[in-house]
Formats: sequence, structure tokens, C-alpha cells
Amino acid sequence: MLYIKCPHCGLRSQNEFSYGGDATVKRPELNKEISDQDWDNFVYLRKSPRGKHLELWQHISGCRQWIKVERDTLTHEIFKTLKANEEL
Amino acid sequence: MSENFRLDKGGLINRNKKISFKFNGKKYLGYEGDTLASALIANGVHLVGRSFKYHRPRGFFGAGVDEPYAIVQMNRNNQVDPNVKATEQELFEGLEAKSVNCWPNVDFDIGAINNFLNKFFPAGFYYKTFMWPKSFWHKVYEPIIRKAAGFGTASIKHDKERYEHKYEYCDLLITGSGPSGLASAYAAAQNGAKVILAEDKSRFGGSLLTSEVTIGNQSGQEWSQKIISELKSMPNVIVKNRSQVFGYYDHNMLVMSERISDHLPKSEKYTPKQRLWYIRAKEVIISSGSIERPLVFGNNDTPGVILSSAAKEYLKIYGVLVGKKPLVFTNNDSGYETAIEFKKNGIDPIVLDTRKDSNSEIIKEAKDLNINIKFSYVVVTAKGYKKVKSADITKISDDKKNISTIENVNCDCICVSGFWTPTIHLASQSGNKTKFKEEIDAFIPSQSKQKETTLGSANGIFTLEETLNTSFEKGNDLSKQITNKENKISVPTVVEKKYSKHDKFWCVPLPKGKNYKRFLDFQNDVTVSDIQLALREGYRSIEHVKRYTTLGMATDQGKTSNLNGLQLVSDFENKVVPQVGHTTFRPPYTSVSIGAIVGREIGIHSKPTRKSPMHHWHEKNNAVFVDAGVWLRPRYYKHGSENLFEASKREAKNVRQNVGVCDVTTLGKIDIKGPDSAEFLNRVYTNAWLKLPVGKARYGVMLREDGIVMDDGTTTRISENHYHMTTTTAQAANVLSHLEYYLQLVWPELNVNVVSSTEQWAGAAIAGPKSRDVLQKLFPDLDVTNEGLPFMGYREGNLFGVNAKIYRISFSGELAYEVNVESDNGNYMWEKIMEIGKEFNIQPYGTEALSTLRIEMGHVAGSELDGRTIPYDNSLDGLVSKKKDFIGKRSLNKTAYVAPDRQKVVGVVPLDKKTSIPEGSYIVRDAKAKLPNPKLGHVSASCWSVEYDNPFSLAIIKDGKNMIGQKLFAMSPLKNKIIPVEIVSSHYVDPKGERVRS
Repeated sequence: MLYIKCPHCGLRSQNEFSYGGDATVKRPELNKEISDQDWDNFVYLRKSPRGKHLELWQHISGCRQWIKVERDTLTHEIFKTLKANEEL
Repeated sequence: MSENFRLDKGGLINRNKKISFKFNGKKYLGYEGDTLASALIANGVHLVGRSFKYHRPRGFFGAGVDEPYAIVQMNRNNQVDPNVKATEQELFEGLEAKSVNCWPNVDFDIGAINNFLNKFFPAGFYYKTFMWPKSFWHKVYEPIIRKAAGFGTASIKHDKERYEHKYEYCDLLITGSGPSGLASAYAAAQNGAKVILAEDKSRFGGSLLTSEVTIGNQSGQEWSQKIISELKSMPNVIVKNRSQVFGYYDHNMLVMSERISDHLPKSEKYTPKQRLWYIRAKEVIISSGSIERPLVFGNNDTPGVILSSAAKEYLKIYGVLVGKKPLVFTNNDSGYETAIEFKKNGIDPIVLDTRKDSNSEIIKEAKDLNINIKFSYVVVTAKGYKKVKSADITKISDDKKNISTIENVNCDCICVSGFWTPTIHLASQSGNKTKFKEEIDAFIPSQSKQKETTLGSANGIFTLEETLNTSFEKGNDLSKQITNKENKISVPTVVEKKYSKHDKFWCVPLPKGKNYKRFLDFQNDVTVSDIQLALREGYRSIEHVKRYTTLGMATDQGKTSNLNGLQLVSDFENKVVPQVGHTTFRPPYTSVSIGAIVGREIGIHSKPTRKSPMHHWHEKNNAVFVDAGVWLRPRYYKHGSENLFEASKREAKNVRQNVGVCDVTTLGKIDIKGPDSAEFLNRVYTNAWLKLPVGKARYGVMLREDGIVMDDGTTTRISENHYHMTTTTAQAANVLSHLEYYLQLVWPELNVNVVSSTEQWAGAAIAGPKSRDVLQKLFPDLDVTNEGLPFMGYREGNLFGVNAKIYRISFSGELAYEVNVESDNGNYMWEKIMEIGKEFNIQPYGTEALSTLRIEMGHVAGSELDGRTIPYDNSLDGLVSKKKDFIGKRSLNKTAYVAPDRQKVVGVVPLDKKTSIPEGSYIVRDAKAKLPNPKLGHVSASCWSVEYDNPFSLAIIKDGKNMIGQKLFAMSPLKNKIIPVEIVSSHYVDPKGERVRS
């Protein structure tokens, strides 16, 4: 079970969090033209890297904040955790 | 039966307390402090089970967790416990155990015929034999194999014992209380670190309990007990015996099972049988020791063949002789310790040493004691079926390839020592890259992935002096980095015997013309020839060999077999062991009770139960409840001998004719506040929200980004910047996370806050043509006319002194209101509604009637919003704004979503107006078409229409728009039904929606 440092609450066990996928995906702006290809990429296509991955988790049984976690998908090592509005 | 094999004195057992127990129905005596194994051996019982595949007689091989086959079925306090190692089970008064894997009994086991049919049981036997004919697998082969396989029978009865879980955090977790564990724990504790020291046995001390060493001025045993009692007295140390750390998981999370009551006749009241500890440790010290390696020779699984260290442990801890004519077969000095122990107790052993000659301190001591030592000698085969009676021994050439003339010697046990294998299971589980250490012919931990350190013999260090030095040092270093305190203690001086080098020899060649079975894996019945066969058949990867032959699998996890198996593969391949590598060790290290894993989360405790504030009223009024997520909701209220169908029909009819009341507390509720709330809702929902006036509610549908409907519900504008959102019961938590996601990550510039208010409000839906009359009487001061409180209107009112919120919304399709009060006032509200509604024939209705009402109105719900449908499919496309953008909008113009024959919800009525259509039925055009019959869609929800008194269903079918009026078939292969049906509009009752606005 992973040990995740919530930037708001501190170190907590994985079972307090829920996973939210790739944190580098940016939702296209509202009311803006976008090609079918770009939209499909946003909705469906995700990289599945072996190694470092910046991902979203929500501290669902804690502060309910969405946070960013930089994790190694192979070793599970967590390098950094960030608040929603912080960048790497 | 008397204890013929118990010495008059010695051991750590309590000779003042005799204990009687039963094995296979027979009564025996033992002492407090015995294990079931030691007590049985004391009574001369060596036949305890039958082997897994060949059903060969099996005795004891180890003295603890290393035991591969003395597995018994326990009967404790009227409950059965399978898969218990006799070597770990402590004796208690009245203990009852029996053998497994044998029928009709262990002495005469019919399955043993497998032993003589062994030609038919080669490696990969299951894969080869049971493949054909295919149809036989399910009905013939599988049931037979299931019956023949496994160790013991699990009970199908409810386990009455208590199991607990515990979460603990510490600076250092130390697994094993041998010399390395004690020294490192002591050093760390002195530095103020929070330490947990776990020992799987009942006694602390590990190898110090059985070895002849001196530490300081004390014996090893005395020293270990002194350290333990000091550790126990320290507030920063948790010392646990009978506790096995069995799994090493990510981020230094380890799991330990503590056997609290297994050694007692029954658990004390409120005391668990076992406790599972989840331990998050800053540093882990693995001091799990090492396990003696077997030597491989003919029939080396015969009862009486035992690890030499186990024989010594039975002698020194339990005062028990594994035999009176022992043969010690060794390739190193350890075997001599056992031989000397026998000799000291008046038993004459014969030592067969595979080495040509050796002259260490301990061998000199053995020689001085006149022990018969034969160098360059090996055991070719054990003789005897249910117990060793003699052994064929012979001289072996220096290159170990040729054996000389066979001699037969009488013996009743063969104590084997093939040197030591470090227990690296936990280190390997942690991700440690192990390395092969040539000097000891075994793997040791090398490169750590997590914060772990392996010490002592688990790290391949076999001298006490070095073990203590490194362990004191490591314990000190690791703890001082955490506590920033150092209170260094001096390492005591050690007196121990020096050992000479072991012999790499491990497997005795077969004599010409003999085909003895030579076992590698004792638990899984894997022999040398099985591995050789697998290799001849082309298996090369050690992981494949493992799976094909079952070597190193199951609860044994290769504890005694791993290295010999690797040796064999590397010999065959002309490689060295490190090139072959080892298989992955997997948790659990040893078997763990399912009960301990489940803990307290059983029965009603397996999930929380949420009840509305009116729950007690429902109970008193004969409600039959149904699970709705974690909520309990009334399904129907039983009148007399009514069944579900009759009761729900009555309740639904009463809503259509008079008035009903339904508990809608479970509906998800989210409070939304902030100046940008309207803009936010406008982006979340498919329809327009900017112009919703204060005091008005609106129905909304929200999508996922892929265009699929996520949820629906009404949201009400309470004041300028305050909204009250409702969600379906099932999606409440997901919707909240969804909103938080967009507010925190996508549009953080929006000034909006959301919070769940589900539990703050109790809700009652009052529905039916007479609901306005009820409402007027509940709120006499309020204008509840169609003008005063129109459809989708919202008012606040005073319900006999209690603040209430009234929403004119309807799920039933009737004129209806939902009244919310603070949860604490829920029951008060409910009783008032029932009291006042009496003159209007009010009746409560449950979820079944609620479903009926919504289905015949064609209102979509969870069974249509099933994560596969878009707004169009649910006839909700009218709510999709063309003007503004919202979550998921861009997906709605996908080719499949705008296809002219896109699926759509329709109504389905059986032509005979009698036969109910099972939910999940397929809709097909031709009931007799060849399979696979093209499917048009499926029936999502069914009810008995109370308006028309005939069955009615909703279905989502292809080109639903153009199917109205068609005659099709509903097929349910599951219920074996083919029903001719007509497709009608999904709005079966009041298609214009006049009632809700009346």
C-alpha cells in the first residue's frame, strides 16, 4: 500500500485516496473550435509510461483536495506531491 | 500410550503440567510448552499425513515454519481449522487434530495407489492428461482433482472466532528474535527509537535457544532472555511472539499475523483469535535467520528423515528424541551439533560426512566423544515405508560421481544437513535484487529497493560474533538517523566454535538399476526426475519449470526446496546457479487465515449501513427493506399476507388514485455556494442555468467528457448565490468528486464551493392527486395553489414549528412535492404527514412502487443511465443546449452518436397483456432466427402498470424512434421465455405530463 504525502494533510495511506489519472492532460477551453482528432486525444488517449508519471489523486477520505503526485509506475517510488495549482 | 521418546530431563517445556490431546482419535500425553509435533514424536508417532500427489506416508521434516508436510486439520472449540502445521501448533489441553490428504485413514490410504502408478504422474501430469476430451474437464476431472488436492477441508460453517486488524507505525520493525534481531532491537531501543520486534515462535531467542555459545558471561539462551525482558520493559518497544511478518509491500508497509488464541483451548471473551497488523515502518530489519537445506537421496521423504537442526531443536527445547538409532547425514559441521546432542543424552549416532576429511573444533569434540564418524559416506536410500527402518549407505568417490558397494545399516531416523539457506523471502518481496554468494551456495539480499536491511544468517553470516557486531552497529546507525540520539552500547564478547568449510555436494547419485524417488519439494511432491523431465521437454526459464512441476509453490514457497531445485536445473544446463536465477518469492511467506485477512468486516460489518431518520418508523410499520448502495430503503410495506407484487401494486395504485409518501432521504444532496455557481452549473449540466430565478428548481442532466450520461437530478436556486443539487442515490459520491475535479483543477478561477449535505436533510416525497390537500394542511399559512407554488417551484415553510423546504418536483409523474427538514426532525415530519394524510387515504410506498410509477411514466433512471447511453438514447436530447458549451458536449457529434438508427428508449407491452417480461431480456425481430440471433436491444426495467393493469417495460433498442408500433419478441434465455411484444412510446401514462403541472 502506497504512502502518499498529501500537500495539505501530510503522509497518509493509499486507502484514503482515489486515483485520477494523468495530471498533464489539459481540458480544451470551452467554446473553442477543436478538431475531432484533438478532442479524441483529450478524451481517450493517455500515455502509459514505464517510469515517472505525473498523476492526479484525490484525498477522498481526508481533505477532499485533488493533488498531483509524481510517481514511478515501475517501482512505485513517489518523488514529489503538489497542490492542484502547483506545477512541477 | 507412553512417551517413549521423551528424555527424563531437559528442554524448555513445563514438566509440571501434563497435557492430554487427541490425534486421529487416539489419546496422547504431552507437556505444556510442547508443539503438537514434539508431543507426537515423544509418543513415537511419525506418520502424520500423506503427500500431495503420490499419497506417500509423511512425517515431520522441520520443527517450525520450515515444515513442508506435517500439516493437520485442527478441531478447536467445535470449529475446524485446516492447513495447520503441527510444528507450529502449540499443545493445549483437549487439543484434537487429524491427518489430511488420506482416505479412509493415514495408515491405510487408498490414494497411495498413485505412488505405484507414478509412471502416470509425471511432471506436467495435469496439463497432459486432463486436456481430452474437453467436455470431461468440467464434469469428471475437475471434481476428482478438487477432492484429491489441497491440505485439509475448509469449514463451510460461519467462523465464530473474532479476528482484528491493527494499524501501527514505527521507526524500526525487526522480523525475528534471534541474535541479529535481539542485538539490533536493543541498540535501536537504546537510542529511543520506536521498535517493533516480531517473533513467529512462542519462544524468543531463535538459534540462541539451541546453540552452545557464550555471550558475555552468559549462555546464549540466558542472554537472549535477559535482552527480551529488558526490551519488554521499555515503553518505546513492542515485543510480539507468535507473530509472523508474512508480507512486505510498497512503501515499507508490512503485514504481520499475530496468533493470539490459537495456543489456547478457546479464545477468551472479547479476545480475538488472531490479529492482523498493518505496520508502516521507517526502517525494516530482516532478521529471519536461515533454514537448513536437505540433502537429496533415495526415498528421502520417508517418515524419520528429518532436518538435523530440527532433531536438535526437538532435543534441546522439548527433550524429545526423534529416534534412538540416529543416522546423521551431513555435508558440513552443523550435523555434528546434533550428533553431539544425541551422544550427550546417551544415544549413539552414526555420522556420515560427505567430505573426505575435516578437522574443525566440533569434529574433534565429536571424535573425543567416540562418535562413529564415516567420512566420504552418503545415504543412497532410506528403507522402510511408514518409518525409516534402515538405510543403504555407501562410500562415495572424491569427485562424488561413483558410489561403491552398498552397506545396510539399521537406524530409525536420518538427520540431514545440507548446509544453510538464508531466509530471503521478505527481502525478495520488498524488491531487493539478491545476489548469489559462492561461499555458502545461496542467495543473499544485495541491492535494496525499499528501506530494509538484512542481518545475521538471513544475510549469509553464520558466525555469532560477526552477527552480533554488525547487528548492534546497524541497529544503532539506523535508529540514530531517525531519533538523532546515540546511546551506544559495547558489544559483548562471544565464545563460539569455529566451523570448517561445507561440501558443495547435495544430491546422491542413483545406484545402477535403481530408480528411487529423490524428493526436492516435499510439500508439492516434486522429485529429481520430475525436474529432469521438464528440462528434457524443453522448459528452460526457472519460472516455467516452477509452474510446470509445481516446485516451490503453495504455502511452502520453496523454504527447503528452492536451492536444491536451482542446483539441479543449473547442473542439467551446465550453468551456475546465479545464471539460472531464482523464482520470485511471493507473499504470504506462510499460510494466513482468511479470517485474519477479513478481520471484523464480516456479515453486517462488511460495509456500513446507512439508515434514514425515519428507519424506525418503517420497521414498526412492516417495511421490507432493500439495499440501495449502503442505504437500507423500504422496498414495500407488508399488509397481512401480501407479497412484494401485491403490496407494490397497492402502494402504486394509491399514489395514482389518492396520495402516497415515500422516504427520499437517500437522494444525494450537494450544497453549492458562491458568486459563480450559476456559471458552474451551466458548464456541468447540458441545459441552460444562467436564468433560473431564485425559488425555482430545474431538472438537469450531466455528462462525462465522452458524452455518456453521468447522472441526473434537480437543482434549486435557494438564493442568489446558493443552490441545492440532488443526485441519484448511487452516484452521489461520484458526482461530488466530479464537481470538485472541475472546480479545483479545470476552472479554479470559478468562485464556487461544493459540499455534501446528503445527511443533513430528511426527505419525504408526497405524491398523488390529493398531495396538494395534504400539503395545505401541513402548511396552513402557505399558498400552495398551482399559482402560489407552481411545478418546479420552491418555498420555505413552517411545519408545526419545524423549518421545512418544499420542492414541487415529481419522480412519480403525479402532482408531487418533496419536503425536506433537518435530519433530526425527520421522524417528526413523517409522523405529521401520516397523521394529516390519514383523511386522504395516505399510504407509505417503497422503492418497488416508486419504480413502477417512474417506469410507466417513462422516466429514465439508473437502469437506463447505465454508463453506456447518451442523452438522445434516453429521450433527453431536448435538454441538450445548442447554444452553450458544457462538459461532454464536443463528444455528442461523434458519428455513432448521431447515427440515424441510434438506440433509444421505448416502451414494451406483451401482446397477451399478461406475461411479465424479465429485465435483461433481448428484443429480437425473429424469435426463430438462427443463433446468434441479431439483438435489437435489451429490456432495462419492468413493472406491472397500475394505470392499465398489464405488464409494461422499458427497453433501449436500435432505431427505437422508428420502432413504435412494431411487433417484436422479448427473449430471455435465462428464464427460458419468448414473449411476443409490441413497441410503444416510453411515456405510457400521461404522455403530455399534465398531471405534474395540475
